[in-house]
Amino acid sequence: MTAAIEVDEVSKRFGATVALDAVSFTVDVGTVLALLGPNGAGKTTLVRVLTTLLVPDSGHARVGGFDVQKDARTIRSMIGLAGQYATVDELLTGRENLELVGLLYHLDKELYRTRAQEALERMSLASAGDQQVKTYSGGMRRRLDLAASLIGQPPVLLLDEPTTGLDPRTRNDLWGFIEELVAEGTTVLLTTQYMEEAEHLANSIVVLDSGRVVAKGTADELKDRLGGNVLEVRVNKRADLDRAASLIANFGNGPSRTNPDLNQVLLPIRDGASVLIAAGRALQDHGVALDDLGIRRPSLDDVFLAITGHTTDTHAVEAGNTEISR
Amino acid sequence: MTNVTIKNLRSASAPLTPKLALRDAEGIAKRNLLRILRTPRQVFGSIIQPCLILLVFRYMVGGAIHIPGVDYVNYLVPAIFLEAVLMGGANTSLALAQDLQMGMIERFRSLPMARSAVLIGRTFADACRNVLALMFVIALGILVGFRFHNSLGACLAGIALIILFGYAFSWFYATIGLAVKDPQTAQTFSLLPMFILFFPSSALVPIPTMPGWLQPFAAHQPVTVTIDALRALFDGGPVFNNLWQAISWCVGIFLVFLVVSLNLYRKATA
Ligand SMILES: Nc1ncnc2c1ncn2[C@@H]1O[C@H](COP(=O)(O)OP(=O)(O)OP(=O)(O)O)[C@@H](O)[C@H]1O
Ligand SMILES: [Mg+2]
Repeated sequence: MTAAIEVDEVSKRFGATVALDAVSFTVDVGTVLALLGPNGAGKTTLVRVLTTLLVPDSGHARVGGFDVQKDARTIRSMIGLAGQYATVDELLTGRENLELVGLLYHLDKELYRTRAQEALERMSLASAGDQQVKTYSGGMRRRLDLAASLIGQPPVLLLDEPTTGLDPRTRNDLWGFIEELVAEGTTVLLTTQYMEEAEHLANSIVVLDSGRVVAKGTADELKDRLGGNVLEVRVNKRADLDRAASLIANFGNGPSRTNPDLNQVLLPIRDGASVLIAAGRALQDHGVALDDLGIRRPSLDDVFLAITGHTTDTHAVEAGNTEISR
Repeated sequence: MTNVTIKNLRSASAPLTPKLALRDAEGIAKRNLLRILRTPRQVFGSIIQPCLILLVFRYMVGGAIHIPGVDYVNYLVPAIFLEAVLMGGANTSLALAQDLQMGMIERFRSLPMARSAVLIGRTFADACRNVLALMFVIALGILVGFRFHNSLGACLAGIALIILFGYAFSWFYATIGLAVKDPQTAQTFSLLPMFILFFPSSALVPIPTMPGWLQPFAAHQPVTVTIDALRALFDGGPVFNNLWQAISWCVGIFLVFLVVSLNLYRKATA
């Protein structure tokens, strides 16, 4: 079947800021697309275009074959949105919030009552359902917000950083939950700053940076762009770090990255075992004491760095300490 | 499974009938009424404010104001009734600015609901709050010596006019809330009608006591004609001229700010 979401050369600027620069991609029905990018990449802007909240300057976007500008109301009836910041009414109870959204989706009273109850249970909020939202924790609010986006049982779900600020257990629950929805046939577009999340949930990934699509494909395809593997060296003494980096530089097919906090050098390489052995020997010959030496598949973090020249913002602290040597 | 999904995607939404739009507005109004009931502090504020003004002018300032042939308490109190709903409108702009800031408006705009429902539900709930506050102010007015002298019908018509005036102005306040977007600024701007319309009117002192350059404005602006109509409806006397002017003002203000605020809402973002 065709695409559930089509984004075709969509651009949007705010004054001098180019928030989206000719962004194009499609999301097939029943799949998950992760929109990956650091702060200010344009993720929220794109979600707002797709949810009819923002009119693009140029380009076209379609959801379920309907144009976001011409058929805005039709689109609103078939999408669920959970925005970046939970938008639930603090003074209402969880249940009242959900029932209001159900009513505004034009469901019958019977139906939105049942669905509100189901959604509360599904999001483990049943016991807090009749408390005012102002007594909820941040994680509970997010879950309520997500529950609200599901009340209409929309075939297309747009989730803007759904797991930011959740503890690992709740995040895992939510991942499981999104997987269930996809198994039921829902199409999901989610934005995230977490590589792990994109890798775990998404069938395809679009990497945005400063409003531009800098890469797209499956997680594996993106990793292949890096041309194979990553050599990971951990030196015993921090003083050896730079020397180690320069000793192995020749074996790499790209710039290496040092991570002083972890006494670590990361180097993209094409071959596997032969490089490992050669690099190990070179380091040993020059008397560099090692804690660890190994090969791993690149993480999306590595990919992001290779593509954009900087890591994702979630890793800003790390990035601050990471020097790229040539 | 795929078929189900395709079907879902292709099903066009049911058309938005007036009945559905009304149901949306009802839902929003109910939400706002719940919010009002759950912040009794604010309700209390909108009751206490006109009551204080009433007491100040009745007992502290009023003694110095002599209007030939009129008991000042009967001159003052209808003006305070109107002031209660005029300033009550400030809650409308505040609440809308808060909804914008909280992102509630974005959520509403992403739903297939009627666009007008957010503002209709808002102004309706605020009209209810105005009626509640008005009841308290009427009770206090009677307590401090105000009396209705006209027929029951005329008095009820007067109260209806106050509610109509408050409702029309709540669309003006909705426009302010959507235009300034920030709750604090919205509150500041909401004081404007007090200084631009209420003080330079016949509310507290007769217009001939004002400087000549101010009199033409003061005599013809909506607060003056409405208060004069109210005095006639409560006390007796010729009412027609002021009443039709007051109603025209209300309808005009309602229509203009209905259009402006719906337009702002369509584009509204935090
Ligand atoms: N309403 C707006 N007015 C002006 N500039 C805006 C507006 N919305 C977004 N921008 C700018 O557009 C760019 C993209 O913003 P956007 O919110 O889409 O990024 P994002 O990828 O969602 O970032 P984050 O991860 O921080 O949520 C940023 O530079 C932002 O400052
Ligand atoms: Mg964002």
